[in-house]
Amino acid sequence: MLTRRVIPCLDVKDGRVVKGTNFVALRDAGDPVEQAAAYNAAGADEVCFLDISASPEGRSTLVDVVARTADQVFAPLTVGGGVRSVADADRLLVAGADKISLNTAAIRDPRLVAELADQFGSQAIVVAIDARRVRRGDLAAEAAQLAEARARGLPPDAVWEVYSHGGRTPEGLEVIAWARRVAELGAGEILLTSMDRDGTRSGYDLELLAALSAAVTVPVIASGGVGQLEHLAEGLQAGADAVLAASIFHFGQHTIGEAKQYLASRGIPVRL
Amino acid sequence: MSAPRIAIVDVCSGNLRSVERALAAAGADTFVTRDAAELRRADKLVIPGQGALGTFARELAARGLEAPLREELASGKPMLGICLGMQVLFEHGEEHGGIQGLGLLGGDVVKFAASAARKVPHIGWNQIEAPAGRDRDPLLRDIPDGAHVYFVHSYYAVPTDPSVIAVETDYGGRFCAAIRKDNLFACQFHPEKSQHVGLQLLRNFVQQA
Repeated sequence: MLTRRVIPCLDVKDGRVVKGTNFVALRDAGDPVEQAAAYNAAGADEVCFLDISASPEGRSTLVDVVARTADQVFAPLTVGGGVRSVADADRLLVAGADKISLNTAAIRDPRLVAELADQFGSQAIVVAIDARRVRRGDLAAEAAQLAEARARGLPPDAVWEVYSHGGRTPEGLEVIAWARRVAELGAGEILLTSMDRDGTRSGYDLELLAALSAAVTVPVIASGGVGQLEHLAEGLQAGADAVLAASIFHFGQHTIGEAKQYLASRGIPVRL
Repeated sequence: MSAPRIAIVDVCSGNLRSVERALAAAGADTFVTRDAAELRRADKLVIPGQGALGTFARELAARGLEAPLREELASGKPMLGICLGMQVLFEHGEEHGGIQGLGLLGGDVVKFAASAARKVPHIGWNQIEAPAGRDRDPLLRDIPDGAHVYFVHSYYAVPTDPSVIAVETDYGGRFCAAIRKDNLFACQFHPEKSQHVGLQLLRNFVQQA
């Protein structure tokens, strides 16, 4: 049986971890390679690097980080942040990434999703969507979505808008329609972050997760809002195929092993 | 005895480097090549693949690797195919409206039918099992049934001859996760990304005659 994945995410800037775990045994806590290795030793099913470098120099450092990670970590690696072209994706995949994740670049040029899927296969292409709940009437493209939401018994205001640039810029796109479109273009996975919940530690936006998971047939990774282990179980029960979290692991609140033991105790299939 | 020389066949694959590093960690003496003479000199061959089958099959032909691979296989040299390196062995792939494979094995490479219950691509850690009532493949030594390995794919092979199936996995139905035909073993999952289980399989390949 396919197990559900637990994915720790590391924010990397100019080749250094800026938000990561305080693993006691690390020689250099800022080294993404060491952090990735420690997470994998702890049983992480995949590690995600999110590059938040502002400069091209910082981003090119990431290729080296990915290569050094792949040299010693024999486990899946997803890399996002700053991928804008087939050449960017190629460098990361050749360096040892298994999947690359796009966000703003896909919104600016949706054809890029199709080009990448053609070149590297859908299984390597993740589209990250930053979603924010909007009030009914705020979005032009929502009518069909609202009807569908009502048909599923969701509240009448269950509509979400796509944001870009790290959640700062509203794009006027309705989240579920956008996810369906990128999946048709060839995206093989959706990484869904609730901007309303991100950083709140109050749990995933379960309505959003349930609506999106039911609307697409590609896997969905839930992100944004995890504050305790129960939230991981809720996300998976709402339909997510994988759960991504940062702070509950980074600040030593829980280990990956504890998270997976907890999920197993709730009857969710995980790799122990 | 010194470690066998293992040639990693260079077919424009995204996972070339990961496979090289994992084989090194498994104790292999490796080199990457697309040269027929070098393939002949190697003791064993690994064909890594990752990406789109169409691009992969086209590059394999463009690099003149088809005939050398057939020759090496016929010579009895141990070969290991990974992911697209498994899919390309079959006759036909349905990706992009039809792809001609090497035809070393009878059968097709088809796409999983997607549904809410079976998301496609098949991504993540799934369990492997040897088919019942048959000899267990020697490359599975010290890898128990139920072990988890990493998959990331939308297409899978359906061999015409079920007796070549060496490993099965359940994803809304059982599918062929690895094949064995004489000196050829090939798997759909990624041993180079499957932590200790994957390294054990690679070690078995490196160490076994």
